[in-house]
Amino acid sequence: MSPGNSPKKVYLLHAAVIAVLFALNFMLPEYHHGVLARVMVLAVFAMGYNILFGYSGLLSLGHAMFFSAGLYGAGLTVSHLGWGMAAGFAAGIASGALLALVIGVLALRTTGVAFMIVTMMFAQVFYLLTLYFAEWTRGDEGFVLAQQARRIDLGDLHFNLTDPATRYMAALALFSVVLLATLAIVRSAHGRVLVAIRENEERTRMLGYDTFANKLAAVVVSGVICAAAGAAYALLFGYVGSTFATVQYSILPLLWVLLGGAATTLGPLVGTLFMFYVVDITSGYTSAYLLIVGVALILLVLYFPKGILGTVRERWIKWLP
Amino acid sequence: MIDKNRNSGLLSLNRRTALQGLAASAGLMAAPGFVRYSQAQSSAPIKIGFQAHRTGIGAAYGRWYEKTTAAALKLINEAGGINGRPVEIITEDDGTDPKRGAEVVGKFASQHKTDIVFGTLFSHVVIGSAPTAGELKMPYYVVSEGHHVASTKMNRYCFQPGITDVKSQVISMAPWIAANVGKKITMIYPDFAFGHDHRDYFTPAIAAQGGEVIAQIPIPPTESSFTRYFPQIPAETEVIYHVMVGPAVLTFVKELGEFYGSNRPQLFGFIDSLEAVDVASPGLEFLEGSHFWEGMPRYLQPDASDAVKAYRNAVGIDENGAAVGDPKDVSTSAHMFGCWETLYVVKQAMEGAGYKGPEDRGKLVEATEALTEFKEGPEHPQGDKTFNGKIHQCFGHQNISVVEGGKLKVVHRTSIEDGLYEPEGDYTTQAL
Repeated sequence: MSPGNSPKKVYLLHAAVIAVLFALNFMLPEYHHGVLARVMVLAVFAMGYNILFGYSGLLSLGHAMFFSAGLYGAGLTVSHLGWGMAAGFAAGIASGALLALVIGVLALRTTGVAFMIVTMMFAQVFYLLTLYFAEWTRGDEGFVLAQQARRIDLGDLHFNLTDPATRYMAALALFSVVLLATLAIVRSAHGRVLVAIRENEERTRMLGYDTFANKLAAVVVSGVICAAAGAAYALLFGYVGSTFATVQYSILPLLWVLLGGAATTLGPLVGTLFMFYVVDITSGYTSAYLLIVGVALILLVLYFPKGILGTVRERWIKWLP
Repeated sequence: MIDKNRNSGLLSLNRRTALQGLAASAGLMAAPGFVRYSQAQSSAPIKIGFQAHRTGIGAAYGRWYEKTTAAALKLINEAGGINGRPVEIITEDDGTDPKRGAEVVGKFASQHKTDIVFGTLFSHVVIGSAPTAGELKMPYYVVSEGHHVASTKMNRYCFQPGITDVKSQVISMAPWIAANVGKKITMIYPDFAFGHDHRDYFTPAIAAQGGEVIAQIPIPPTESSFTRYFPQIPAETEVIYHVMVGPAVLTFVKELGEFYGSNRPQLFGFIDSLEAVDVASPGLEFLEGSHFWEGMPRYLQPDASDAVKAYRNAVGIDENGAAVGDPKDVSTSAHMFGCWETLYVVKQAMEGAGYKGPEDRGKLVEATEALTEFKEGPEHPQGDKTFNGKIHQCFGHQNISVVEGGKLKVVHRTSIEDGLYEPEGDYTTQAL
């Protein structure tokens, strides 16, 4: 059954998720409140990845560069040029858009395994550039954004991004916008073409669609969303460093999306949340927590091969987008 | 079946059992250990969150940081704790990752409710965690040797009182190198922040001593073979200053040996390259006769003080700086003493502030800033130190050791003044 069959249910579900997250701001204990703010930002990263991997079927191993483009785009302009938060955020997104456009044009000349390798190589170049320009980036050490700079003044309204509730709401606002945008994309004609490309690119092209243009649009949208997450991370949590450009941060969104359910709009949130708490809880008991994480992942693959929400959709709630 | 029995057991709770239970509880409450905890908050343990590198690239350091911390904690508690209260260490693994590091600081503050956070080593984890510590107003005592705290780019809640920073270490080496090893220097360093620190601080420091860095050779972090870089070393080089780190260091030394044979320039390096690595490992013979910076000597020196011996016994390292009973388990001696000394600084500052609980964190920050010097002794076995409360950084003596027979022998100890520099800012002007 296609998602278009129950639009009302779909909108209600997404509105409910946003409403629950809003309500949690007032209910969660301090620690989990902070965790959820961070998880929402990282879930945006995963949602960006999901557009390309889940819906378009393009497996990138280089998305850390888009997240980092946002991170550095925002961080460097705020730190070195003294830009405000809003301008810094816009700079982060613009950096991601430009990078995604260039990388998309080059990398989309390849498919499959070659696409994975090319994206990984570009991400590695990006990572090395963050080290090379250490004079500004402070390389692997990174730099902090001063606490007093992380505020937005709109007339008489003052938002202090270091305040936990403001930060949570900022993260929720970004998450909600991206979630609804993802939903709109998925339900749009463009979204259906992406799924068609994933399922059979040759046939889609034969039907008269410009698959390259559609895929390029997907790379750019995906890059912009990931950059938005990176920019938000820099501004909300105050740290910018090349660790976020390493290959580990290209693998993580893949893992979060696979766990939550590829090509499900809410899967990235579920996957990111699940992974965070598995690490957080198990590391409290043993330093071999990565072993437990590994076993958990194997069990998930065995029993939820399509990820948590992917399997839920397959077995129970067929209308889940 | 089992559940049923359990239920029936609960149901059969009668007056006698209840009274027995009450009596037992009262007995427990009366026991000396329990009374201390159950009365006022003032006798509850002081909780210190230990942000440890249990996994990730910092794991070798992290393990020894934990051992040193446990040893100091035991002594502090045996001597009555802090302000008469026992001290408890709660450890969380940060995976040597700045993102996780920040999360862990949040966890200490709001879930474990620790009084302070302590112990971080890797610079990127410190810098990644510092904003969170500042926002949560959580005193954050790091043992990192990075220049980040002293640069005054962190915030008022970050301190480094137990180990000197890299800028101080590097500049204090220059006078001795210029006077004893050579004045024409080629630097070989990893092309990331750690290497850049050495490049940026050593170059002007040696120039001030009449020496000169005649070539700087950065090695990309992805490199695993180094031979092709060696022809860049100018022939007139008198000293090669090397600070390669990570697993590639063994290859680096081996290839340098193959390149030069027996006719090599003098070598000077930082022991960071070989922390937790046996200097007598096969392939490192080429280092014989070369010099290293050491924060605290790995090998027990003939003139070691009683405080040093007591420290080494408490931590459990033998005369070669390896774990007692396991000669292959080499410690990170040059850095880990910082955990020991930092805990004693925390004790001194908390007692100075009359620290009672998290509401006194501001007082604790001010009390730490008010400290000026630490005397050499059991609490500061590495040596006496001064502390600059404006930049939250201590200054101390450094050791220069020569490799002799596969062991490190201290040949020079710098003065505190050798490592002093102009402060770059003032944390005390920031609001608490």
